[in-house]
Amino acid sequence: MTDVGEVLTRVHREEWARVVATLARRLGDLDVAEEMAAEAFATAVERWPADGVPPNPGAWLTTTAHRRAIDRLRREVRREEWHREALMLADTPEPLGAIDDDRLRLVFTCCHPALAMEARIALTLRMVGGLTVPEIARAFLVQEAAMGRRITRAKEKIRAARIPYGVPLREDLPARVTGVLAVLYLIFNEGYLASDPGKEAVRGDLTAEAIRLTRLVRALLPADGEVAGLLALMLLTEARRAARVSASGELVALGEQDRGAWDRDLIAEGHALVRARLATGQPPGRYQVLAAINAVHTDARDVRDTDWSQIVALYNQLVRLDPSPIVRLNRAIAVAELDGPEVALAQVDGLPLEGYHAYHATRAELLRRLGRSDESRAAYDRAIELAGNTAETAYLIRRRDQLARP
Amino acid sequence: MAQYLMSVLNETALPTDEEQAAIDVFNDRLRADGHWVFAGGLASPATATVVDGRDGDPVFTDGPYVESKEHVVGFWIIEAPHLDVALRLAALGSRHCNRRVELRPFLG
Repeated sequence: MTDVGEVLTRVHREEWARVVATLARRLGDLDVAEEMAAEAFATAVERWPADGVPPNPGAWLTTTAHRRAIDRLRREVRREEWHREALMLADTPEPLGAIDDDRLRLVFTCCHPALAMEARIALTLRMVGGLTVPEIARAFLVQEAAMGRRITRAKEKIRAARIPYGVPLREDLPARVTGVLAVLYLIFNEGYLASDPGKEAVRGDLTAEAIRLTRLVRALLPADGEVAGLLALMLLTEARRAARVSASGELVALGEQDRGAWDRDLIAEGHALVRARLATGQPPGRYQVLAAINAVHTDARDVRDTDWSQIVALYNQLVRLDPSPIVRLNRAIAVAELDGPEVALAQVDGLPLEGYHAYHATRAELLRRLGRSDESRAAYDRAIELAGNTAETAYLIRRRDQLARP
Repeated sequence: MAQYLMSVLNETALPTDEEQAAIDVFNDRLRADGHWVFAGGLASPATATVVDGRDGDPVFTDGPYVESKEHVVGFWIIEAPHLDVALRLAALGSRHCNRRVELRPFLG
């Protein structure tokens, strides 16, 4: 009996999206699907400790949720068309493979481009991830009521504007997959480097959730190279999590991290994904190139073993895919290791990134290496002003204060 | 099938001849594909009158109900099975009339 709590947690993680997705298709209403799924899980919490865990927990939850939906609809006086349809569909057997399709439909609906990005993120975490509204509110440091309204508004728009519960039109598909990946990457990055000074610097809950969701999308779209690329990128980044923040809460730069603290299993999995993509011979997209860059970093047991020429070559490839100033800034950091700080500084200066803390932090670092302490200090000051993350600010302050006093 | 209002937003009202020709092509396509319900261009906001008949004698106020830089200069009412189709039509309409459009579902 002691294990029922654990079983419930596991079943919730594994089955939530499936239950919501199946109900949403049967009932044609995301809101009711979510509510009934939550009720079914509440019933499980009540009953399983006494009755035992059913042999097929997912099917039990779906059936329970569906019965509750029907009970409720029967009680309602006014029945719209979808209500009647839902009643008629009551015990239709599932076509084979339809459940996975349902989860994919759910992902595409939650990440629909007609919804605001913050609504997409909240809806994906709620509907696909199964996080509660208070959990999502906490993760983004938003008031619970405000987060609740954000999700409610999104669901209202889905219903009123008829955002389809389905896989996108063929001609929309590439852009829509890119949109889903953008949502997943934003969730990951919020956990990886919280943008708000009031939050913990690195939050494993969000990075773990982003990885879990990306694994799900990968299972649903196994042939998509960019999905694999994003998963590899997340795994190789997550592998370094324990080494990224010091005991005193300061961010530790890649070159200074204790590489023994990196997670070898995650690295092995990430490397395998990158290798598999390379083996296809297909031209990689942005996430695949970023994953490859991280694979080169995590391949070096010591920072001095880093293959910088390979990294610069990959950044050149990335610049061709995405010539944005931020990508060029990151390339310059690698160029500094290969060709020295002077060459890198020439590439950094003039990038239109005045308001971006990493631009000033990079300049500060390069100017320090060139012995231009005064300019370096001024750049650190500007970076500290703009940085939002506490661990990063602590790191920048220490680096600045290490500079020789004028 | 759902109906959507596609409002055309712009600072100046009248399309150029070229734009009008492109709009005609788009209209033909809407009709051919069964999406057409209605469309029309509107005279400038300065020609509008706000009417308040809620309380006894109606009150007439010269001009649009809200002063803004951009106005609705025309609209389509289209029919589509769901938003993804409507969004594609809106993007096409926006390109043909060379203006931004706002897509909004009718209730129901």
